[in-house]
Amino acid sequence: MSSDKSKPSPPKSPLAFLRWFCRRDLLEDVEGDLCECFDFHLKSKGARKAKWLFILDVLLLFRPGIIRSLYLWPQPNPNLMLKSNFKIAYRQLLKNKAYSLINIGGLAAGMAVAMAIGLWIYDELSFNKNHENYDHIARVMQHYILPDQSGSSDWSPVPVGAELDQSFGDDFEYVIVSSFTEDHIISKGDLGFSAHGNYMQTEAPEMLTLKMLHGTRAGLEELNSILLSQSLAERLFGEQDPMHKIVKIDLKHEVKVIGVYEDLPQNSEFKNVAFIAPWDLYVATHQWWKEMFESWEHTFVQVFVQLQPQAKMDVVSDKIKNMVHDHRTKRKNLRTRTSLHPMSKWHLYGEFKDGKNAGGQIQFVWLFGITGVFVLLLACINFMNLSTARAEGRTKEVGVRKAIGSFRSQLIHQFFSESLLVVTIAFIIALNILLFSLPWFNEMANKQMDIPWASPWFWIACIGFTLLTGTVAGSYPACYLSSFQTVKALKGTFRSGRFATLPRQALVILQFTVSVTLIIGTIVVYSQIQHTRHRSLGYSQDGLIYLKVNTDEIHKHFEAIRNKLITSGTILEMTESSGSIIGYPFGDGDFEWRDKDPDFLASFRIDEISPEYGKTVGWEIVEGRDFSREITSDKKGLVINESAANIMGLENPVGEIVKWQGKEWTILGVINDLMVDSPYLSANPAVYYLADWPGGFVSLKINPTQRIKNALEKIQAVFKEYAPGLPFDYKFADEQYAKKFDHEVRIGQLASVFVVLAILISCLGLFGLASFMAKKRTKEIGIRKVAGASVFKLWKLMSKEFISLVLVSCLIAFPIAFFFMKNWLQNYEYRTGVSWWVFVAAGIGAFVITLLTVSYQAIKAAMASPVDSLRSE
Amino acid sequence: MKRAHLGEFEETVLLTVAILFGNAYGFNIKHEIEKRNQRKVSIGAMRTTLSRLEKKGFLVSELGEATKVRGGKRKRYFKVTPFGKKVLEEVMENRQQLWNAIPGAAFNF
Repeated sequence: MSSDKSKPSPPKSPLAFLRWFCRRDLLEDVEGDLCECFDFHLKSKGARKAKWLFILDVLLLFRPGIIRSLYLWPQPNPNLMLKSNFKIAYRQLLKNKAYSLINIGGLAAGMAVAMAIGLWIYDELSFNKNHENYDHIARVMQHYILPDQSGSSDWSPVPVGAELDQSFGDDFEYVIVSSFTEDHIISKGDLGFSAHGNYMQTEAPEMLTLKMLHGTRAGLEELNSILLSQSLAERLFGEQDPMHKIVKIDLKHEVKVIGVYEDLPQNSEFKNVAFIAPWDLYVATHQWWKEMFESWEHTFVQVFVQLQPQAKMDVVSDKIKNMVHDHRTKRKNLRTRTSLHPMSKWHLYGEFKDGKNAGGQIQFVWLFGITGVFVLLLACINFMNLSTARAEGRTKEVGVRKAIGSFRSQLIHQFFSESLLVVTIAFIIALNILLFSLPWFNEMANKQMDIPWASPWFWIACIGFTLLTGTVAGSYPACYLSSFQTVKALKGTFRSGRFATLPRQALVILQFTVSVTLIIGTIVVYSQIQHTRHRSLGYSQDGLIYLKVNTDEIHKHFEAIRNKLITSGTILEMTESSGSIIGYPFGDGDFEWRDKDPDFLASFRIDEISPEYGKTVGWEIVEGRDFSREITSDKKGLVINESAANIMGLENPVGEIVKWQGKEWTILGVINDLMVDSPYLSANPAVYYLADWPGGFVSLKINPTQRIKNALEKIQAVFKEYAPGLPFDYKFADEQYAKKFDHEVRIGQLASVFVVLAILISCLGLFGLASFMAKKRTKEIGIRKVAGASVFKLWKLMSKEFISLVLVSCLIAFPIAFFFMKNWLQNYEYRTGVSWWVFVAAGIGAFVITLLTVSYQAIKAAMASPVDSLRSE
Repeated sequence: MKRAHLGEFEETVLLTVAILFGNAYGFNIKHEIEKRNQRKVSIGAMRTTLSRLEKKGFLVSELGEATKVRGGKRKRYFKVTPFGKKVLEEVMENRQQLWNAIPGAAFNF
């Protein structure tokens, strides 16, 4: 009948529809019946009618019982398949214990690092957020724009506070003048502690939203009052109620405790503030600075503001930009710009360049964030690499699975569940690693981080993180393994050619590029620290201690104490000064001298000292002479450092007259530059003069013949004699100086831990890969051995491949590292270069590590008896 | 005793399959029912009924050879099972009993 071409056939589209919806087991005979019916109708009723009846029949067939289920084939229970997938995954893990260990261990290490970094970043980002008015609080900044350099500081003149309140009051909720956080002695009877604290205007507790445990935030209105932190109150009063008790500040000023506030958290700018006293008390107790409290020329307080909710930070900041400059009368050619630095940027964007906010800590947040991502990436790459390598052994499995009807999607599911299982195990291990290493990590990072178990966000992040890692780590094997062709996989003719190893090689290259870059980065960070550490100090730190002295007693009995200690051979020298040896107390640019360039703008560091200062710290006199107690005219003399002499441009500075603070001073001598401020900056020009009021710091040079411990005891005894209430809270100059490196050392330590882990993870991966290569080439090596190859030649053969990969990584990593480290070093005025040996060291390091890792497997394979490898089959 | 339920159309189809013994396949069954009962039967209705009867165990089926007619599709031949026969007999007996129980006066109009 098919030959009868003119005969109409059943309409196509209803038939296609039928084929689509009809159950597969019914389709054949139903279709047959329909065709027969159509032929029957064709004969009896004609083509047109037959077609309509056919369509009607098809539509009537579209009913339950005929319509197939949504799936073409019967579906197995998906949960059953999941169970089976996990079972297979579990068996795979047990089957290859060593690889599982490498896989899970590497991934867990990577995840632990990533989580630790995550916590660190979270902590960094949460700085100051405990203050409820976080978004509206700002600090007033002054920017000095000089032709060759600019400076920014949060030191403001005192009248700024009143001016902001009067002229711009509409924009501010609170304007708070505050002293800087300084050490003071807080004592109750004989019990005294040195504690950090601020003198602030009355609304400060309200602005900082202190949590009051006793009293109210409004307590600072009284002049002689104080707010204590919980911990300080406990140290002073123990179980007793501290309210309305009298304590002394600096053993002199009696104040009443009118409130206790909960300690501020570690990640608050004010974490060290153990007490807050009224600003008016500061003014009242520092009468010798009376002039400065009213002067626009001197900057020595901080001013905090809280904006009205509707005020915009940058608009207000722009409004006040000329405020300080307009009020200043001296040195008008030094342009001062005033701005607001919002609290949200204090911690992360604390640095300024040319008067503009220029990052700061945020660069480390980025640095560590990127490192974390890379370490995790390295671990994921390992996982991918090992899984694809292992795929060689699983081609048959994939073939069999496909032959008995597995779809590609099912295989992909299988491999994803496998990677998910591994990732979950790794995650649990990582969580444990993190839990146990957190105290250590906290100590190193100088933080108090906790795993936020109770926070739902933590769990969402963790689960999301696990799924993401599982998907990323499992994606390549899942897509790659499932793409094997059934027949080839089963025949065993499947050979992963160039294209199979290419991605794997690329991954190894990426891994080593990251590692080598990190190695170079760490070496440069450390060499910068070492370089700065070995910078000449210009004075001697041996046996040099200093104390913060907030009482007059030492000053009153200075001669007696000094004589007693020197004659007993305890110390070599002793001195008073306003600043400690690790920081100048003041700065001023208002000096006049002969032939001074009218455009000269730079300012000088100033310290007020007693005549013994030079001998105590051991500075060198370059020209002229040191101060002397015997010559009374020295009270009108200055000692300047070499930088100051250079910047003044005087040919013979000794004997020159300098005008300052309305007086004439004679330069007595020039000393070498002392390393007092930041060791990363070039030395500042400095001026020293003699003060006859209590300095604030007492420094002592311990006699080297004395044992430090004995000497300290003797000094303490003498100090107790003359100043009974003074806590003997001495500091070693070298230890305090070393603290200036804390930040860099900390960064260096953190970075090196991450680098070691990154390298370890890379090596684990390499080790696994090498062992697979060796296993794959067992026969080849056997044959080569039989043919007479030496162990050395085989080792060379096996290592060559990896060495060339590392070579390529080095070539990629070197320029990247060079570029980044060069940029990083630009942040430091006093810096080391990126020298070639760093690259050589990193390169050789990478090669040695690679060789060691690969050689173990290579030599093991090369040493194996060829009989064993060739016998099977 | 729980009896297998047999609907009116099901009974007709089952009986027709028996009538067409050896040649009972979809189109033939439909044609036969239409011819004898003077009623239209759609392939859909008939096919679902056949499937249902088969599921209940009253019918068995097997695929025949492919022929050039019907677009090369194979026919599915149905056959009544002994269980099917038993059920048909039960239905008939049941009807007979009901007929016998009718008193003579009932139909005297």
